[in-house]
Amino acid sequence: MTSTPESSVRTVSSAPSSSVSSASGGDGDRATAGTARPWPLVRHSLALAGRSLTKTRRNPGVLLDALILPVIFLVLFVYLFGGAVAGSTREYLQYLFPGILVLTTVLAGQVSTGLSIVTDMKKGVFDRFRSMPVPRAALLVGSVLADAIRYVIAVVVLFGVGYLLGFRVETDLASALAATALAIGFGFSLSWLTVLVAVLLRDETMVSTVGFLLPFPLVFGTGMAAPAETMPGWLRAWADVNPVSHAIEASQGLLLGGPVAGPVGMTLLWGGVFLAVFGTAAITAYRRLI
Amino acid sequence: MRPAFQVEGLVKKFGATTALDGVDLRAQPGTVLGVLGPNGAGKTTAIRILATMLRPDAGTVEVDGLDVVHDAVRVRRTIGLTGQYATVDEDLTGTENLVLFGRLLDLPRAEARARAARLLDRFGLTEAAGRRAATYSGGMRRRLDLAASLVGEPRILFLDEPTTGLDPGKREELWQTIRGLADDGTTVLLTTQYLEEADALADEISVIDHGRVIAHDTPAGLKQQVGGQTVVVRPRDPARLPAAAGVVGRVVGRPVEAARGVVTAPVPDEHAFTEIVRALEHADVPVTELALRLPSLDEAFFTLTGHPAELSGSASGRSREEP
Repeated sequence: MTSTPESSVRTVSSAPSSSVSSASGGDGDRATAGTARPWPLVRHSLALAGRSLTKTRRNPGVLLDALILPVIFLVLFVYLFGGAVAGSTREYLQYLFPGILVLTTVLAGQVSTGLSIVTDMKKGVFDRFRSMPVPRAALLVGSVLADAIRYVIAVVVLFGVGYLLGFRVETDLASALAATALAIGFGFSLSWLTVLVAVLLRDETMVSTVGFLLPFPLVFGTGMAAPAETMPGWLRAWADVNPVSHAIEASQGLLLGGPVAGPVGMTLLWGGVFLAVFGTAAITAYRRLI
Repeated sequence: MRPAFQVEGLVKKFGATTALDGVDLRAQPGTVLGVLGPNGAGKTTAIRILATMLRPDAGTVEVDGLDVVHDAVRVRRTIGLTGQYATVDEDLTGTENLVLFGRLLDLPRAEARARAARLLDRFGLTEAAGRRAATYSGGMRRRLDLAASLVGEPRILFLDEPTTGLDPGKREELWQTIRGLADDGTTVLLTTQYLEEADALADEISVIDHGRVIAHDTPAGLKQQVGGQTVVVRPRDPARLPAAAGVVGRVVGRPVEAARGVVTAPVPDEHAFTEIVRALEHADVPVTELALRLPSLDEAFFTLTGHPAELSGSASGRSREEP
């Protein structure tokens, strides 16, 4: 969709490079790197995602921020404020957990996604990618796809800690899985915002600061930690229009019971909007850049 | 015959700086073009434009008859690039790097693996194939880099200062490889700061300075333009310096310079060098250094332009040290 696949079928030169000289005179049959195959964006994105995953496996430390931060918030809120907000920490844990699930995936998508793209762009290997027949978008998509592993690990850890503290899903397994999938999808589509910031700013410090601060007004300006009815008017107005509110309501509905269809629909809608707007803008800015 | 690549009137500006100011370059298929110039002359910019990584501001740039702007994707299937710094992923192993590049060139997985193994073997990296590139020595990384640019069996290869930072032995090794590639019919564009390197590898040399080509010739022609070679003799015993100067002076037929422990003298041809070796042996003057030196880039530039090569921090003459 972002690159034109080669329409002409080329011959693959599997012979050693000595055959090259004989082919250089004519201009019909070209000895080329390989046959241009369909779906270059998908295949190259997956190949590059594989590369990022290998790198993550070798430096597992990069996963830590995404794992630890949500757990800290969960523990902090439950034990510091739980008694005051909900009367008991146990009841508050039930209220808070679905929102922290969304916080987890949003944070996982924001903090290091943009950062890894900026550091990658400055590496020598990017020059090689750029001199190869690789769709430009694949360089971004591959990086973002590989981050999916971080969402999954972060969500598993969060559920583990939540269960240890006493959280229980009040619906059923299918709904819990749907809540998780929805949160991951939402975090993924919102992560294109940080990709856009990364491509536009191209500075590690700026990008990590923005990526870290951005989730706060988005995730905390909702009914995550306390019902929006208790907030001052201006904050409540923000919570009402904030798209993350829908994601948190959907998560609450799926994990605890309550209205589901409306919030889920709105979450999917907003996710699609983020993906279309930020994704397109990021890829366009990126292709203009290189 | 259609040139393998052809650059005409190439201009590239970065803000107020003009990196390339009307450069012409061309090479016939299967030949090696050396692009010689100091740091900041515009060599890397030219390579980046040829490799479709930068857009030209003016001029035409064709690789294999294809325009680098409009036909960028097809150009990328024809070329291989090795940059000044390592263009491999340091977190991946040698094999993983080469297989990834093969996959990105649309090779089937098995073929990508087979080519990776062949290239690692050819560049003596089989033992290190399973290690992360970050653990490689400078020479190994350069070889992996060159291997990476050959995964697609390119017909045109761009090498941006491929031997910078390598010790002399490794440099010689890489030269052999580059010669082998050219013998196999690959067209090579090689940038370098060393006349010696361009002389050893190139069929033709373009000298560039301040974004312009100031000379274009064969190595022999260029050497004629910039002056001949110099012999350097360092006697083991500094006290024998006058004796050494006498021996060299008799061979070249005029008094020679002797200072700071070495005798230096311009020589008319390689033949004189052999005579000097024999005469020194005959006169029993043991030497620790005996070298035939081409003019350094600085000296060549001075001859060509009348001014020293600016911004050329490390462009100094190198000598082959005798054991």
